[in-house]
Amino acid sequence: MHRMHNTGPGRVFDIFNHVFLAIVGIVTVVPFLYVVGGSFATESELATRSFFIIPNEITTNAYDYIFSTNAVLRSLGVSILVTVVGTVISMILTLTMAYPLSRKTMVGRNLILNLILFSMLFSGGMIPTYLLVKGLGLLDSIWALILPLAINPFNLIIVKTFFQQLPEELEDASKIDGCTEFQTFWRVMLPLSKPVIATFTLFYAVFYWNDFFQALLYLTDTTKWPIQLLLQQLVMVANTGLGDLQEASLYEPPEESVKLAVIVVATVPILLFYPFLQKHFAKGVMLGSVKG
Amino acid sequence: MENVQEQTVDQPKKKSKWNQILKEKWLYFMVLPGLIYFILFKYVPMWGIVIAFQDYSPFLGVWESEWVGFEHFQYFFSNPDFLRLLRNTFILALYDLVFFFPAPIILSLMLNEIRLSFYKRTLQTLVYVPHFMSWVIIASVSYVFLTTGGGVVNELLSGLIGKEVNFLSSPDWFRPMIIGQIMWKETGWGTVIFLAALASVDQEQYEAAIVDGAGRFRRLWHVTLPALRSTIVILLILRLGNFLDTGFQQIYLMSNSLNRSVADVFDTYVYFVGITEGAFSYSTAVGLFKSIVGIVLIVGADRLAKKVGESGLF
Repeated sequence: MHRMHNTGPGRVFDIFNHVFLAIVGIVTVVPFLYVVGGSFATESELATRSFFIIPNEITTNAYDYIFSTNAVLRSLGVSILVTVVGTVISMILTLTMAYPLSRKTMVGRNLILNLILFSMLFSGGMIPTYLLVKGLGLLDSIWALILPLAINPFNLIIVKTFFQQLPEELEDASKIDGCTEFQTFWRVMLPLSKPVIATFTLFYAVFYWNDFFQALLYLTDTTKWPIQLLLQQLVMVANTGLGDLQEASLYEPPEESVKLAVIVVATVPILLFYPFLQKHFAKGVMLGSVKG
Repeated sequence: MENVQEQTVDQPKKKSKWNQILKEKWLYFMVLPGLIYFILFKYVPMWGIVIAFQDYSPFLGVWESEWVGFEHFQYFFSNPDFLRLLRNTFILALYDLVFFFPAPIILSLMLNEIRLSFYKRTLQTLVYVPHFMSWVIIASVSYVFLTTGGGVVNELLSGLIGKEVNFLSSPDWFRPMIIGQIMWKETGWGTVIFLAALASVDQEQYEAAIVDGAGRFRRLWHVTLPALRSTIVILLILRLGNFLDTGFQQIYLMSNSLNRSVADVFDTYVYFVGITEGAFSYSTAVGLFKSIVGIVLIVGADRLAKKVGESGLF
């Protein structure tokens, strides 16, 4: 049927459709290209040329500057640490909780599921959560960026649904072979769950990498700021330069290109993930549309 | 009589329950860390809501602080802020529904008409990208583009129409800017679910429609759109359920002292009044109000879903 409609108005529509979608694609990506190009441009070029993607004169001044400061390197370190530790913790908690809840024989399963469901509908809100984090002594600790949001209930429910769909015979067989529940989980279920594990590892990693608000709420110590919060302060809060955030400035900062370079630095890790993400996330989203 | 019967039946049942629990003790061991997480980080804060009915003082703590009943709620409802927040939240949600909601549907339909699979895949790859960027990145890029005195858009505007537009700090531009950002970030990603629904449409229906002489747009109307119907309805209802949840991070990032009159929504208000000004009890009361309205909307949306013959959300 694909080749059947090459006539009159259909043809006009096809042309319009292709052109329109090409524009959508360009509009989506061009801003990022400008940011990357601009980060390698000189300050004078940024000031005089209104729009370009490839600068006339390529310079790495902005990157030299930001990597000479403590602030950017340090906050990249914080972000990497939070992302790695947070993702590991989130995945362990999500998988170990989802598996028992997928077992229909478990006594008390519905109670726990309802507890989770209710927490998705209603929450204590920002202030009581803040007071809890404060009460636990987690203010100004990077654990405050991880623990309060360690399990995403949506992810949990999807993983649970996935475990539920695996054939029960597998569990029975491994029990006959003498496996404990934990061994069944570890040796039989997890190896079968690779696509799900990949999807949610990446989702959690993206979440931790991208978060700035937890840090804004809970961290006053600027040395523990993740890269996203540093970027926000740098670009959006007037009169905050990297100079205020670091001990010694080696150069005069090239202001505009530095902002662009920090945007690039805060984005690149996600782009490195992207090929892996793309392979898995369609599957992950499809799982999500299966009702729990 | 009945009671006696029940007891005799109940006894062995209870025993077997315990046996079952003992037999599956590993399951409880596994579920425990997650359960502790939910109780500590979700349920303890729910208990913390009591401070909405107190004059909470950090020095006295929850036990010693004075109870004031509904005083904070009364103050909030009689405060002009209340109507402003309600209006801002409502208008943003409405804009979102009217402008953003249909965008992924339209984009999916257009992408679905592309037959060159390489071109289609490339486009999909491109339009998905912004979804994975943080709001800080999106907001930063917006600043770089929209700022006056050097921003790309304003440089182009001053060339074209001879004047600059102060997008970032004008109340008139706040809402279009917010919706524009959401569309830029999430439209592509929103197509994932619709494209999946479109891929599962029975090809025979198209062939039958062609045999019946249906042109391209008739096929779109009579075959493709009905196939999307249930997905659209479910997403629309979900959206209605989250009507009050206008993206907090995004609005926080784009609001400033000049556009605050239209930018303040419930969540940002709670943050500014609670965290930055330290009015814990008052802002908890505001948060509680929002949560309760939210829960009513979600439950109502669920009922609505069941009424129109969908399976509902829960």
